[in-house]
Amino acid sequence: MTVKLPIYMDHAATTPCDPRVVEAMLPYFTKTFGNPGSRNHRFGWEAEEGVDRAREQVAALLGASDKEIVFTSGATESNNLAIKGAAEMYEKAPAGGGACRGHIVTCRIEHKAVLDPCKRLQKEGFEVTFLDPPRDGVITREMVEAALRPDTILVSLMWANNEIGTVNQIREIGALCHEREIVFHTDATQWAGKMPVNVERDNVDLLSLSGHKIYGPKGVGALYVRRRKPRVRLVAQIDGGGQERGFRSGTLNVTGIVGLGKACEIAMAEMDRDGERLLKLRRRLEQGITSQLDHVQVNGHPEKRLPHITNISFGFVEGESLMMACKDIAMSSGSACTSASLEPSYVLKGLGIGDDLAHSSLRFSLGRWTTEAEVDYTVRKVVESVNKLRALSPLYDMYKEGIDLTKIEWAHH
Amino acid sequence: MAYGPKIIDHYENPRNVGSFGTQAEVKQRKDVGVGLVGAPECGDVMQLQIKVDPATGRIEDAKFKCFGCGSAIASSSLATEWLKGKTLDEGLAIKNTEIVQELSLPPVKIHCSVLAEDAIKAAIADYKTKNGIPVDDHDHEHAHR
Repeated sequence: MTVKLPIYMDHAATTPCDPRVVEAMLPYFTKTFGNPGSRNHRFGWEAEEGVDRAREQVAALLGASDKEIVFTSGATESNNLAIKGAAEMYEKAPAGGGACRGHIVTCRIEHKAVLDPCKRLQKEGFEVTFLDPPRDGVITREMVEAALRPDTILVSLMWANNEIGTVNQIREIGALCHEREIVFHTDATQWAGKMPVNVERDNVDLLSLSGHKIYGPKGVGALYVRRRKPRVRLVAQIDGGGQERGFRSGTLNVTGIVGLGKACEIAMAEMDRDGERLLKLRRRLEQGITSQLDHVQVNGHPEKRLPHITNISFGFVEGESLMMACKDIAMSSGSACTSASLEPSYVLKGLGIGDDLAHSSLRFSLGRWTTEAEVDYTVRKVVESVNKLRALSPLYDMYKEGIDLTKIEWAHH
Repeated sequence: MAYGPKIIDHYENPRNVGSFGTQAEVKQRKDVGVGLVGAPECGDVMQLQIKVDPATGRIEDAKFKCFGCGSAIASSSLATEWLKGKTLDEGLAIKNTEIVQELSLPPVKIHCSVLAEDAIKAAIADYKTKNGIPVDDHDHEHAHR
């Protein structure tokens, strides 16, 4: 079976819009273009109906009520609103007083959209514990419990990691936070829409999700904000017309919101089938690569992982050149060499993976339309490229000669 | 990253890949100079070997191996091409800026050309040391630009 090139293996970065999503959005650009804030004419009412339906669709995906959904511009904004909004609402001491305003727990391998808001709060008088993940990348209830303090006001931990796909013990951590009356936020960007969520069962207070990771449009996302047991309040970060019950001012992105709603509805209906299929494909990919090459490792916990993401380190070859060799396959390098900084991935480093292997890592993320033939092509191409680059690699020669690479005095730049 | 055609050509058809023996063997060979620069944790390691004709003092052959990005591979491949037929002094005169220009390296990849220049200097210094030729201080000067 022939495959169409290039192959897209980067669904953790973004996904194509599902055509059914685009179809649902189209009328809202031209016909139903009203501002849902216009309360006194039909144009506004019809737009509002579209938004209301989307709110129900998002709420249904999360097992929440529609009143608990706040629409945003994406997961980055949702994370900012959740973290800064909760910290400012539940602070223990006023700003500028010199006393610790409150303690926050998060983890070193979170997305930058969580880490950077936390770092900003740190500068503004809050104290933050950045948990060191274990080698398998899974944060457990016990790890969080050990970090809690009497003045802890917020715990923010991602449901599943975007680089390695490992899944944290969200339900258990949520239960712990509820016992201690601490607000619990989870960045579920990679999880929601792929795997089941029930905010009641899973003990989540605040949950961020994004449209474009789940076959919806870019520029739209949502924040779930718990309304009862307990009612969670936030200080708004964008002020203005008071839309979204004051949580997030600004005219609603109606087309985007309608698309997000439709994407959630489809995700809910097809999640089980998609998940099972993706898991099979991911295993086929991992099996194919690891059975044909020595010195490769799949990063993160072997089982507690998302079905569609895998991160593989290849000894003795460098990530960017490997991507260049596989130029017909779109994927992401664990090394950030491509993004102009020469630092390897902080996530892989955070797991204790050496810089040499962190520089030699690729993330493959599969999606709704990935085929078995595409996976097989990828396996073939990766194996061939690694072999080609190893033939070029002085490190592979030295390894085969029995030279211990860690004993060499490298000239560091 | 979008690379220019010359980098891609060197990357896809690298010139003079290889070595003049194992690490242990080349250490014993007086006609071969070895430069090994960079570090695995920085994402770049270049190994450059030159074979010098003792009669003429010219570099008669050069080989490389490289662990690194496409620009690093292209820079070291180009270095071997340029070294062949040169005297040691002519080899030492190769500047990283010339490599940058020839390959149209993007600004974030200039360090690859610096590494290639370092590898050339290290290989020549190794040859000189093995043959009792004094190594000038400027042989080790790193032209970081």
